[in-house]
Amino acid sequence: MMTTPVIELSGVSRRYEEGPAALDDVSLTVKGGESVAILGPSGSGKSTMLNLIAGLDRPSAGTVTVDGVRVDRLGESGSARYRRAKIGMIFQFFNLLDDLTVSDNVLLPAEMAGMARGEARRRVAELLDALGIARHARAYPGRLSGGERQRVAVARALMNRPPLLLADEPTGALDSASGQDVKALLNDLNADGQTIVMVTHDLTLAQACATRTVSIVDGRIAADIRTEATR
Amino acid sequence: MSGLGKVVRSGVRRRKVQTLVTGLAATMAVTASVLGGSLLVASNGPFDQAFSRQHGAHLTAQFDAGRTAAAQLSASGHAAGVTAASGPFRTATVNPHDGSDAELPAGMSLPPMTAVGRADPGGPVDDITLLQGTWASSPGQVVLSTTYDSPVKRVGATLRFPDLPGQPTLTVVGLARSVSQTADAWVTPSEIASLTAPGTTGGYQMLYRFATAGTAAQVTADRAAVTAATPTGALAGVQSWLNTKQGTDRNTALFVPFLIAFGLLGVLMSVLIVGNVVAGAVGTGTRRIGILKALGFTPAQVVRSYMGQALIPAAVGTAIGAVAGNALAIPVLSTTAQVYGTTTAGVAPWVDVAVIAGALGLVTLTAWAAALRAGRLRTVDALAVGRTPRTGRGQRAARLTARLPLPRPVSLGLAHPFARPARTAGMLAAIAFGAAAATFAIGMGSSLSWAQTAKNHDTADVAIHTFGPPPGPGQRGPSAVTPVTIDPSAVTTAITAQSGTLKYYGTANTDVTVAGVSGSTTVFTFTGDSSWAGYKVVSGRWFRRPGEAVVPSTFMTATAAHIGDTATLEDHGKAIRIRIVGEVFDPHTQTNEVLTDAATLTAAEPAPHPASYYIKVKAGTNLGAYINTLNTTLTPLGISAETDQVHGTSDVILALDALTAILTLMLVAVAGLGVLNTVVLETRERVREIGVAKALGMTPSQTVWMVLASVVIVGLIGGAIGLPAGLALHAVTVPAMGHSAGLNFPAAAINVYPASELIALGLGGLLIAVLGALMPAGWAARARTVTALRTE
Repeated sequence: MMTTPVIELSGVSRRYEEGPAALDDVSLTVKGGESVAILGPSGSGKSTMLNLIAGLDRPSAGTVTVDGVRVDRLGESGSARYRRAKIGMIFQFFNLLDDLTVSDNVLLPAEMAGMARGEARRRVAELLDALGIARHARAYPGRLSGGERQRVAVARALMNRPPLLLADEPTGALDSASGQDVKALLNDLNADGQTIVMVTHDLTLAQACATRTVSIVDGRIAADIRTEATR
Repeated sequence: MSGLGKVVRSGVRRRKVQTLVTGLAATMAVTASVLGGSLLVASNGPFDQAFSRQHGAHLTAQFDAGRTAAAQLSASGHAAGVTAASGPFRTATVNPHDGSDAELPAGMSLPPMTAVGRADPGGPVDDITLLQGTWASSPGQVVLSTTYDSPVKRVGATLRFPDLPGQPTLTVVGLARSVSQTADAWVTPSEIASLTAPGTTGGYQMLYRFATAGTAAQVTADRAAVTAATPTGALAGVQSWLNTKQGTDRNTALFVPFLIAFGLLGVLMSVLIVGNVVAGAVGTGTRRIGILKALGFTPAQVVRSYMGQALIPAAVGTAIGAVAGNALAIPVLSTTAQVYGTTTAGVAPWVDVAVIAGALGLVTLTAWAAALRAGRLRTVDALAVGRTPRTGRGQRAARLTARLPLPRPVSLGLAHPFARPARTAGMLAAIAFGAAAATFAIGMGSSLSWAQTAKNHDTADVAIHTFGPPPGPGQRGPSAVTPVTIDPSAVTTAITAQSGTLKYYGTANTDVTVAGVSGSTTVFTFTGDSSWAGYKVVSGRWFRRPGEAVVPSTFMTATAAHIGDTATLEDHGKAIRIRIVGEVFDPHTQTNEVLTDAATLTAAEPAPHPASYYIKVKAGTNLGAYINTLNTTLTPLGISAETDQVHGTSDVILALDALTAILTLMLVAVAGLGVLNTVVLETRERVREIGVAKALGMTPSQTVWMVLASVVIVGLIGGAIGLPAGLALHAVTVPAMGHSAGLNFPAAAINVYPASELIALGLGGLLIAVLGALMPAGWAARARTVTALRTE
């Protein structure tokens, strides 16, 4: 097990103009190779935490460091480059581009990062093959099942070999069978050393995939429990 | 406020860009339409009304009294097609002088005058309106026409005729207006005898109205009928009412084709923009439509709500456009009103009503057609928008552009237009219209500039005016500007002796009459080589020898002459024949001119005195030093040399240039706003995709490039369509403007686009597209990724 911290949140707060703080003085360290499930009810602040880690939002106070990068100090362009290099993201509703083929969707982060075309194509083929969706390479997302679409999203997230994979309700839009499929996939990735932080309502997902469960209530960490995923 | 009203109002407030675009498009279309419509009416209305009221003469015929008798002419009133006739009236062409010798500067005389003997102003044809004083009822009295170009034109003034036996004197007893412009002056019939020069027979005038005289061909046929009914060779000349009308309406008429072109562009653009805006609002508001329907809105109410969202800004734009159109039209219309002595300087109310009703009707119809889809949408489908994957539009294009060796944001953007073909077509049309308008306007500016250069014909470096600045062709003023003290040979000796002189010519002008042509004709005479004088020859060539002449289109139309024909001028009682060898472009108003060698008039004016000399200096000559040295010789003669800077611009061309600039800016702005509107819609629809791309690492600048790339192809194609469309519109409008004003524009005035300009104009569509897309590109770049990802 690696021990180097990949994520370090120190005294992080996020306040909006109205209402209570979405996150209130939260500190959290995630080490390399961990699979952390962030649990909590709606409005608890778990998505806000994910956005801060992804550089999609900035904290009102505190620092966010990911793989040695002070994310809270980055501007728009800087955070875009940071995401290319450090982050892979998986969304609840997949967020695939409907007018691009599966392989073009997966290729996109590499193209943004300026990876050589031949190398990028080899990487796409390798990922699609590894995730069992190589036969859909030339298909459009609209023709795939929910589980297959989420596999494409995972492939896209892994394209630039990010040290950190962020997942926002990765099984939230899937049926039970597809959900199981995605759980297995995340487990496999973590087993290979991929650091994962997932936000979910789904306790079974946390139990199946997480090595650590962080519960957030009203913007504060209510519990931080190391578990052993039921793989 | 009703539920529907609230929905409409909130829609107008929410869609600020669309509201602005619709309002501007309506403003532009209505401004151009009110201007065009009112000038179209003005160019026909006052003349036609006055002509009808006065029973104007369709044909004013001048007969040689030596070749026909009054009885024969009376009988011609029964010729085929004639519905009414007046005459015969005796006529005489005379050279009046100011009776008081106090109102004109020394050396100036009055223009020659065609006097007609009429016992009273009324009659079945040419029922003259007496404006001041009384009609001439006894010998020694004269009534002057308001069109007689003389500074001595007031009741009580006297005119002397020292060239005639007994040196008669006439007192002006009245001022009158003949819309048909049948004479410069009217006297009692018995007075004509005293005004007829010894050895001449004078003439007769007959005035005819015909059953059909609406076209030049019909008037020609009518003329043939009159010719057939009179003795051979008796008809000395005719004047068609169509030429009189054209000359009177020239300035106003010049604007009409131009404004019709802009009006058409504006109306088409408005329809396009309104359709695009409403269709776009429906397209992006699908979910909102679903919610409205789920809340109980009927399909008709939904359609009405979208029509209302277009009609409110369109109504405001129409109101602004109507005010602007009226404000811009009034200065032009007041000029027209002055010509006819009317007081109605405003836009005809029915023009305003028709344009406003037409504009709002068109907007309503277009908005209704575009909003119908909203009414037909199934509620469940509308509510599902954003939650289901989109169908496969544009996928092939996306796959193709992905293969291009371009940065990925650019290739992503290039594929966008193919996902929404109808919306792209709307944007394409807006860009094409904008590019066409810019092409048309720039061509129009160049053509007008060409016309101004032709009018100025200021190719000389140095000018010497021996009697003050010359009026120049067309600038009618006190005529026969003749120096009385300067010896021409002294001037030419000074010019030729001056080192640095390359070439020079002298020019003078005198007024003559031409049989059948109303008023006087100004002859500009040239001494020396004048081929470089800068006059633009439309057809034929510049004169090379005495007896040859070039004339403007108006002269050729008025005399029905062609190149190669001869015409007879009457100068100081002498008949002088000229052969027309060329047609020159002359945009001056209502002036008959002849340009010829000074020696042509030797029989009538044996010692011509050039009023001005124009000099071209050798290359490398210091102009200031040249003038200073030349002036050491000229100053003792009482004259001086100066630089020839005739860079003035006519008011009409200035007005046309200003209107072109205003209307083009509006059209291009509307085109750009049309692009802006489409890209805003597109960006809103793609905000989730943009959010995804940004989450995957797309930087703000890459986002800008992606959005800009999405309009590049459309901009290029729009430019490629707009350029030839603008060229075609220019090629049709400029000759039409010339035709309306009685001018012939040569090819050089129409082929005014250099290759570099064509390339730049071809890229104009791209410029409009990129400018229109810049703002939404900035919005897309600044859009918060989190918000974008949450957007449905």
